[in-house]
Amino acid sequence: MGRPGEVELVDCTKHFGETAAVDRINLKIAAGTYCCLLGPSGCGKTTILRMIACHESATSGEVRIDGENVVGLPPVRRGTAMMFQDYALFPHLSCLDNVAFSLKMSGAAKADRRERARRILARVQMVQFADRVPAQLSGGQKQRIALARALITNPRVLLLDEPLSALDEYLRLQMRGELRRMQRDLGITFIHVTHTQPEAIALADLVVVMDQGHIEQAASAQDVYTKPLTAYVARFMGGQNVFAGRVSEITNGVVVLDMTERGRIEFPASNPIPSIGSTAHVSVRRDRIHLTKQNAAGIVNTVSGKVRAIEYQGTWVKVTLEGATSEDFVVNLPDTEFFVDTVNPGDTVRAYWKPLDVHLLVGGAGRTDRPYASGQN
Amino acid sequence: MRAPTTDRRPWTFYVLAAVFTLFVLFLYGPMACIYILSFQGPNGGLTFPLNGVSTDWFGALFYQQRTGDIAGAFSRSIPLALIVLTVTVVFSLAAGLGFRRRFVGAGLIFYAAIASLIVPGLVLSVGIGLGFQMLDIPPRWYSSALGAHLSWTLPFGLLIMFAVFSRLNRSYEEAARDLGASTWQTLRYVVIPIVLPGIIGVALFGFTLSYDEFPRSWLTVGPYNTLPLEIWAMTTNITSPALYALGTVTTAISFVVITAALTSIAVIQSHRTRRRVAREQAMHAGS
Repeated sequence: MGRPGEVELVDCTKHFGETAAVDRINLKIAAGTYCCLLGPSGCGKTTILRMIACHESATSGEVRIDGENVVGLPPVRRGTAMMFQDYALFPHLSCLDNVAFSLKMSGAAKADRRERARRILARVQMVQFADRVPAQLSGGQKQRIALARALITNPRVLLLDEPLSALDEYLRLQMRGELRRMQRDLGITFIHVTHTQPEAIALADLVVVMDQGHIEQAASAQDVYTKPLTAYVARFMGGQNVFAGRVSEITNGVVVLDMTERGRIEFPASNPIPSIGSTAHVSVRRDRIHLTKQNAAGIVNTVSGKVRAIEYQGTWVKVTLEGATSEDFVVNLPDTEFFVDTVNPGDTVRAYWKPLDVHLLVGGAGRTDRPYASGQN
Repeated sequence: MRAPTTDRRPWTFYVLAAVFTLFVLFLYGPMACIYILSFQGPNGGLTFPLNGVSTDWFGALFYQQRTGDIAGAFSRSIPLALIVLTVTVVFSLAAGLGFRRRFVGAGLIFYAAIASLIVPGLVLSVGIGLGFQMLDIPPRWYSSALGAHLSWTLPFGLLIMFAVFSRLNRSYEEAARDLGASTWQTLRYVVIPIVLPGIIGVALFGFTLSYDEFPRSWLTVGPYNTLPLEIWAMTTNITSPALYALGTVTTAISFVVITAALTSIAVIQSHRTRRRVAREQAMHAGS
């Protein structure tokens, strides 16, 4: 059921009064993609979703679905269906009538629409709740009804506005898996708005990281996580330590980043190669860093700091250092490595990593540099 | 804080209970007296004690010569209240929907509508009466009085619809639109069913405010009185327990209207729950 839908935003802008919620966005989402729009609140991700859904009209620019400009078309003609954040199930209708609502609007006969609604309820395992009203459902059940109600319109594109945010942790993980399975089965495009990084990484083929109405990076989950484009993306996705410095020399394919009194970072040059004298940002994954108490000589690819906090996470241990960089410096050590030579809060330790684990942030700082006023994670 | 160790209530409970009892006595005591006295015996007077028990005074209501034109007053007050109800519901709903969209002058129109709640009813009545006289239109219950009543019920209805719509989540309408409903279908199948209890509340207000209205009717009904005016006229020229019987009958009518409205709200809200229970029982019986 449903045909795959390719979604393309061309120079899309949306102003609310003076402020631009979305500012000249260009984005192409291939047909059959699970796409997550990710960003902090107010970054414009929901506005983009609502523009694709026709609940918000773009101030300028085009929204194309399968090549056709759909600006001005109602949702049904666009082939989109939306799942609302609070589900927006009609409180006065039973689950069956909620699901059959769009068929009723298009004039399908009662027996026919109930039959089709039952079939789709079976698909989300909710047949036994057909005669209940939404107030009698749990959060997860409401979500399935909302999903069924959206899918019965045979959309090319399903738009999900923070669909998992109202659920508790256990259900969130369960429904996350179900959404992904459903998308694979249907083969249609899912566009899913979230502010939770693990959710985006776990679900999406295409992660679109947004900030202040702009796209910071649109790439596969793996690329966004391991090859962030900007310091903003690296910090927002978490799991990275970000350094800034001046490119002091490039010799024999090795770039040297000078961080003055904090030492130097050296890494193999690859395209694009930064120019000497410019400011560059690099990141190093938290789990690629090692700690030692010995104050070994050398100032290359190493920083020292005082242990501020230690959090045991089961298979790994999160060690936070202060004084290593201008922000908190976090090292995720495998439990096996941590317990060989345990460090304690207050210890001064040295962190080091391999040149190959240094990733150049080719986009620089990014629009705002820091995603949250004080760092998350 | 000390944990309560006994079930004893604090002294404030008894003070407040006493105040409340006095309030209830003050509210219902006089009314109860009137209801009881309306069953006064045929030779009884306006005061206690009862001189026998009868329903004669209820019969007396319908002899125009003795007690005024009660039946006629009913035949005007009830249709008037029903017209006011209808107009109030339609316009309050439309205005409530209109005010959901921000439009230029919304604040001004709102305050203009609310201002008529503050204008004293008698002044309004005099004004409308004079206005009709100047325009040389004879005042009647279905023209000038209708307008006067609407000046009272519409702002009330509007305020209620504001409260109702402020709790109506906009995403219901967006969801309906998303599912292919036209504007009319959204109104018919989503908005109105959800706000129906509020609409019934507006209808109830419209009816009772009009049915009880005295000051705004005073100079606007023309030669034929509505019920409150008729009762008032009677108090000045008759002194029999028929007056009490009239009080009992009008209260009974108000009571029936209010009960009908509240019952219909309760029925709407439990309708689907009961339907569900019935279906589940049928399913269990079948399995």
